[in-house]
Amino acid sequence: MTQVREVLLTVNGTPHEVRVPARRLLSDCLRHDIGLTGTHVGCEHGVCGACTVLVDGVPMRSCLLFAVSVEDADITTVEGLTEPDGRLSPVQQAFNDCHGLQCGFCTPGFLTTITAGLRENPDPSQDDAREMIGGNLCRCTGYQNIVASVLRAAELRREQ
Amino acid sequence: MKPAPFDYSRPDSVDEAVRTLARLGDDGKVLAGGQSLVPLLSMRLATVHHLVDINRLRELDYVRVDRDVVRVGALARHAHVLADLGAASAQPLLGQALALVAHATIRNRGTTLGSVVHADPSGEMTAVLALLGGTVRVLGSDAEREVPADEFFLGPLESAVRPGELAVEASFPVLAPDSGTSFVEVARRHGDYAVCGVAALVRLGPDGSVASAHAAYLSVAPTPLVLDLSVAARDGAPGDAARALVEPEADIHASADYRRHLAGVLTDRAIREATGRAAA
Repeated sequence: MTQVREVLLTVNGTPHEVRVPARRLLSDCLRHDIGLTGTHVGCEHGVCGACTVLVDGVPMRSCLLFAVSVEDADITTVEGLTEPDGRLSPVQQAFNDCHGLQCGFCTPGFLTTITAGLRENPDPSQDDAREMIGGNLCRCTGYQNIVASVLRAAELRREQ
Repeated sequence: MKPAPFDYSRPDSVDEAVRTLARLGDDGKVLAGGQSLVPLLSMRLATVHHLVDINRLRELDYVRVDRDVVRVGALARHAHVLADLGAASAQPLLGQALALVAHATIRNRGTTLGSVVHADPSGEMTAVLALLGGTVRVLGSDAEREVPADEFFLGPLESAVRPGELAVEASFPVLAPDSGTSFVEVARRHGDYAVCGVAALVRLGPDGSVASAHAAYLSVAPTPLVLDLSVAARDGAPGDAARALVEPEADIHASADYRRHLAGVLTDRAIREATGRAAA
């Protein structure tokens, strides 16, 4: 009953043509069909935030989107955050500097969310930083170091 | 945790969407933001035969203040409505409620009208529509209806939108003069569904006393419950009145008694805040 569809997705600036059924979640499409396993799948119902990617620059849960539905969009995953010359982005560097990760499972969702958050608010307060990451769960590092990473990333962006 | 297979269409116009839905009848289901629908499909709590994706219907992506109502099109995301300064000043309750709808990331995709049509009794925007006495415009293949809020919510997750129809716009009345609003809720964690929530609308008379006070409740009834607390508010005890009138049920998150207690405390808080804003 299910037709397989040809879907053209633009991920990190590169077009990918995939053949998927309509029910394919964007998270699964990125990982299995395109092979970009940086996007992690945690709860798979929109609670944990690990699968967050940027859709036209805006953070969204890839587990709550069908790949076929975002055909026209420009998608950025954690793999697309590094600078063109391969250096870490300010947010990635800040996580490195502040011990913002331990096991790393939740990290891709934090990195994408904070990258977009700092574009909107380049100079966040401690409270703004907490609000920014309010939709993402971390089960090991705790949030203190992640909040510190947000503030450090803002500092690094200003220095650029 | 994967949705069962379904067929899929993505119309390019409202006409095409309505024709497709009319053809599919009971088999069709609209996909807007999908932030409630997709988890239900993934957990197999719901199945659909055919999804009609309205995310290309740019003509429904609008928020505008039109004389005495704020009109919100079916493709306006929560984040878009929340950021709209015209809507915020015309009806402050919209922003007060939207800030409590899930998390920012969910608000980036979820639509305000979608949340109303989803008719979850824990949904903030259902309570807002009910409290303000808003309407929903629904298109069928040969008719158009404007459904008032008190006829729109039929039961938990059940709205008056019939198979073959498309909800295209919600209208929220603007704030009347000498009036104020407030939205307060208690949730286990920031962004979770509220254990109990209260939206309040207070209007003051010429002498500054309370002319009318109404409150709408989340998570205490199968549909958004609206109470007229005008008399109780004038007597200074709207919370006691609310406690006596709500009939919440117990579930895994809270006992019925605790919900009733919250309804009282939050009513006092919301009415006090709305009254203060009306006087400001």
